Amino acid sequence: MLSYLVFFACIVLILGMLTLALNLQWGFTGLFNAGVVGFYAIGAYTHAILTAAPQPRYVGNFGLPWIVGVLAAMAATALAGWLIGMLTIRLRGDYLAIATFGVAVSIQLVALNWEPLTGGSQGLARIGKPLAELFPTPFGFNLWFLGLMFVLMATIYWALDRVLMSPWGRALKAIREDETAAVALGKSARRFRLEAFVLGSTLMGLAGALYVSFIGFVSPFDFLPIVTFQVWAMLIVGGSGNNRGALLGALIVWAIWAGSGVAVAKLVPPSHAAQGAAIQVILIGLLLMLVLLFRPRGLIGEAAVVSRHVND
Amino acid sequence: MIAQALADGIFTGAIIALGAIGVTFTLEIMRFANFAHGELLTWGAYLALVVVAFAGPGTPTGPFSFGWQLLAAALVAAVLTGLAAWAVDTLVFRRLRRQGAMPLTMVFAAFGAALVMRHLILLIWGPQSHYYTRELQIAVELLPGVRVLPDQIFIVGLALAAMIALHVFLVRSRTGMAMRAMAESPALAQVCGIEVDAVVRLTWIISGALAAFAGVFTGLTPQLHPEIGFNLLLSLFAAAILGGTGSLAGAVVGGFLVGLAENLSLLVINPGYKGAMPFLLLLVILLLRPQGIFGQRT
Repeated sequence: MLSYLVFFACIVLILGMLTLALNLQWGFTGLFNAGVVGFYAIGAYTHAILTAAPQPRYVGNFGLPWIVGVLAAMAATALAGWLIGMLTIRLRGDYLAIATFGVAVSIQLVALNWEPLTGGSQGLARIGKPLAELFPTPFGFNLWFLGLMFVLMATIYWALDRVLMSPWGRALKAIREDETAAVALGKSARRFRLEAFVLGSTLMGLAGALYVSFIGFVSPFDFLPIVTFQVWAMLIVGGSGNNRGALLGALIVWAIWAGSGVAVAKLVPPSHAAQGAAIQVILIGLLLMLVLLFRPRGLIGEAAVVSRHVND
Repeated sequence: MIAQALADGIFTGAIIALGAIGVTFTLEIMRFANFAHGELLTWGAYLALVVVAFAGPGTPTGPFSFGWQLLAAALVAAVLTGLAAWAVDTLVFRRLRRQGAMPLTMVFAAFGAALVMRHLILLIWGPQSHYYTRELQIAVELLPGVRVLPDQIFIVGLALAAMIALHVFLVRSRTGMAMRAMAESPALAQVCGIEVDAVVRLTWIISGALAAFAGVFTGLTPQLHPEIGFNLLLSLFAAAILGGTGSLAGAVVGGFLVGLAENLSLLVINPGYKGAMPFLLLLVILLLRPQGIFGQRT
């Protein structure tokens, strides 16, 4: 039970990192990224290709140290975010969503088809884990990984908080609320949007690298479009525009997902596992729609910010 | 080779066009990108499967693999899917509109609706493939080197007939005019005494019905599975945007162009990447001509 809780907490923190990244893009900047899983996949595969144990069949599998993989994953996703952002960021809301959705579908296809590099549908195994040799038992490793995740999450949370309160963060909100006014004040809306998009993408890539270095293997079937919808459900349930909300949403949605998974496994015979999984997804979809209808701001919505000069 | 790819492209294009009409209607009249539209195709296909399970696919008529029963099943499925689309609107989208939700909130709701609709299919019918008919069909050589199934020719013909009927309806009837007026300017349409709720209802029913036909045609060639609609979603969006949203002709031409591009690309790329083609096309359109072929710059 305890070992399951540790595993559960690690996954929640990784998904929470994705939700925080999406919150930066959507919640604070108003960028409708419907291709979250694509950036997550780029981070995951970059890390896997660089750190997996060498195998003659594959071009990659360089067996590099864990930290190199993580940093390269962030750099690769930042670059991808910048490229995709340059191409699409000026599109209006739902067109940006369609375009980024297409990006994610295409990235998954590359992961599935570029066999010499990605292992194709087989995926890649024996991916670099942080300090794995110091923690020989799976439970010990998971516990250490959980500690690492807590430290990383606390750092990112604190840094995002600082960044969003800084003039840069306030400019993001200003552009989201009233682009014309912000531009009139001399802020380049396009540049701020692109920066937020790249920063968010980088975080998604980090989450991807952490995910595969926790699990130890990478498979293209972990990066289907449904992940994007799950992360959106987390953000909306928790409350977009609020980082505490984003993390709470990740916890609640994943608890419902995992909890219903346990219930389904008990009640549904293994021959109908696909149907059982369908029930889990239906619950998430219903939750998303119910929150939109009855609590559109999410559980903890964005806090109203009033300038301290308002009464001057 | 090229001629064969063109023939296949026209066939895929007819199906995409049918689905893209609904996408363009929701984009223009309801003002949001309906990520759940693909699921309407899937529901249409599976509802027809239910009718076929009761009535049978019919004895193969002429060169086709099915009898009139399958056509009747498609019609029943079209009506039911239209009503289902309207029901989803009543349950979710209309409530959000009444709350004054912004258009992007509708897209989030569509994410939720899509998840629920697709996985209900999986829950009820399972992950395995289904078939309307087990009849084997032999391709006929239409032109030298161009082989098509008789079913495919029939499908293209029926799709074109449906599009022409819809065009006449939009241009000639008062209701059709009201729909076009709503697409142009909802506020102005309302001032002119157009009953917005009725137009919205009709839009969903038409979109759902056409989606059902697209779904049945996809399922007929050759099989149904829970993701047939979702896998087409990107192609539908690409077709609607390529044509220029809001215009029927745009969606139809866009549909055929996307179908042709997908099949022609197979001559040069690995088939595994076929799914990325609509995205590349979409990217090119959005960069070069975001208003689409028939759209006007606003």
